[in-house]
Amino acid sequence: MYHIALKMLMADRGKYIMLVGGVAFASLLMTQQNGVFRGLLSWTTSHMRNVRASIWVVEARVVTANETKPLKDTDLNRVRSVPGVDFAEPLFLAVTKARADSGGEKPVQLVGLDASTLFGRPPVMLEGDLERLRLPNAVIIDTLATVRLGEGLGRPMRVGDTFEIHDREARVVGICKTEKHFFGYPYVFTTYDKAINFSPRQRKMLSIILAEPSPGQTPEEVAARIGRETGLHAYTSAGFSQATTDFVWANTGIPASFLTTITLGFIVGIVISAQTFFSWFLENIRHLGALKAMGASNGLLARLLLLQAFTVGLIGYGLGVGLTAIFGLIVLPFEKPPFLLDYRSLVLTGLAVLLICLVAALLGIRKVSRLDPAIVFRG
Amino acid sequence: MTVPSPNVAAGPAVQVDGVSKSFGPKDNQTQALSGVRFGADHGELHLVVGPSGCGKTTLLSIIAGTLRSDAGDIRVLGQSLSAFSDRQLTEFRGAHIGFIFQQFNLIPTLSLVENVSIPLLLQGVRRREAEDRAGALLARVGLGDRRHRNPLELSGGQQQRVAIARALVHEPQLILCDEPTSALDSRTGHDIMDLLAGGARAGGRCVILVTHDPRTYGFADRITRMEDGRVEEVLSGAAVQQFAAQPH
Ligand SMILES: Nc1ncnc2c1ncn2[C@@H]1O[C@H](COP(=O)(O)OP(=O)(O)OP(=O)(O)O)[C@@H](O)[C@H]1O
Ligand SMILES: [Mg+2]
Repeated sequence: MYHIALKMLMADRGKYIMLVGGVAFASLLMTQQNGVFRGLLSWTTSHMRNVRASIWVVEARVVTANETKPLKDTDLNRVRSVPGVDFAEPLFLAVTKARADSGGEKPVQLVGLDASTLFGRPPVMLEGDLERLRLPNAVIIDTLATVRLGEGLGRPMRVGDTFEIHDREARVVGICKTEKHFFGYPYVFTTYDKAINFSPRQRKMLSIILAEPSPGQTPEEVAARIGRETGLHAYTSAGFSQATTDFVWANTGIPASFLTTITLGFIVGIVISAQTFFSWFLENIRHLGALKAMGASNGLLARLLLLQAFTVGLIGYGLGVGLTAIFGLIVLPFEKPPFLLDYRSLVLTGLAVLLICLVAALLGIRKVSRLDPAIVFRG
Repeated sequence: MTVPSPNVAAGPAVQVDGVSKSFGPKDNQTQALSGVRFGADHGELHLVVGPSGCGKTTLLSIIAGTLRSDAGDIRVLGQSLSAFSDRQLTEFRGAHIGFIFQQFNLIPTLSLVENVSIPLLLQGVRRREAEDRAGALLARVGLGDRRHRNPLELSGGQQQRVAIARALVHEPQLILCDEPTSALDSRTGHDIMDLLAGGARAGGRCVILVTHDPRTYGFADRITRMEDGRVEEVLSGAAVQQFAAQPH
């Protein structure tokens, strides 16, 4: 009987396409919006991937990687003396203004690394030499910076070009690849001492202390110990990412606006699919009654309806997620919009589709189990 | 669960006694049947006739087990229906009764052979075998070359032939028809009645046929005439032909 049920479902082309289309639309909207949202969210934690360290120590009130408060210079030694800390280095991290020849002012994300270890170095060097970062005025810029700062030149900035940060000359000694940041500012790497010189004087300049645990110790243990012994806030890299995205969830309208779209997709999907399924069902109720008169049990009819609903669900889900994946493949190279399709979004969307199908099937089952087979005798 | 099987040896195909049925709320009831007594034998084409609203369809539904009576005794193929659970009724109906409806009730999205195979599939027969048997029966009603067409491409008479094939395919002992000819012109109606009468007599089946259509009366072995929820008279032999010859 199962092939009969599937044929009954699919032979009504128009309705079948509407059904599958409704589910596909809901799946597409849910996964695509989720993907863009997750992508945007991942941009808020780009620091953790562009400046890599196991442990990030920040001022006690800091709850997000995108808003640091200065530490005291003495805090560095306090962290270094915590048992289990293999080494700890200072990091300067601030948004500041850069000006290229004949170009306007451009905000950049200035990163100052410890000069001797260069700990927190950019993940991928495309051009130039990292070691030359120790030369006077030397900076390494990311590809986004080559474009932004090259606007006045009429070409991307190259190794050897110069520009100004707060009226001080900076010379490009290398170009690196970074992951784009939520704020959209290009990264400019230099050494800690030069970063301070590039910035307007403040009383305290130390933004973050980066640390690594000694062999045999986990970052979690050591971070917890640093927190206890110094009163500073020590995060693991993953913990800092989590705290940062938590902050976005709690303090911005971004999740709400995406959730609205996702919910809307879910509701529209339900309405289209359930509505179509129900009208298909009503058109076929006479036939279901005839099947019942011919000896089809309620249990069998229920299984047939479930099969139909889940067939539609599975195909619609596959199409929707497939379209989302194609969307992702197209936009990923441009990073516009950001896109991150994680398994959670697939599972959640799958569960939502399952729910839609189950509700539609249950509505049908309820009606068909009450259906009086005697209706087939009436004209 | 035990699947009820017919007890063919035990007398008539259908034996209904003192059956009553009313519809609607207590204070405004329609008495559709009151104390009906009715019988039909194997190998017989038995017509049930009477004016609209006299209870013909209600009686047929009670025999089919799609409707429960308020009172009375219903024996179908030697089994007492009132002793069956709903589920047993459904199984019994699927295995031993064939149906032909006024509206044909073929599923328009399925091919003829798929439509006809449904009663077999419901009995658990495998698809291949079910479709072979359905195809053979379609050939017998003259539609073998159109087995993969859809019902809506056929005329009313052809659709009713398909419905007959569907009612016969699982070789039921009892066939119940409600107004099978009233949607057809007289010529096709005549052909359909020929098929049904042949099916009854050849297979030792019992065919009970509810009808309004005077053109069908002459095919009957017996006619039960109903009025106002009661059986008025049962005609057989020469009385049938006499009744058929009267102007209606
Ligand atoms: N499900 C129902 N609910 C309420 N009343 C019903 C129901 N089924 C039948 N009746 C009533 O019972 C009476 C007998 O109906 P039934 O359909 O058996 O008549 P019939 O002889 O088949 O008529 P027709 O020739 O028009 O088909 C009618 O008064 C009808 O209105
Ligand atoms: Mg009727």
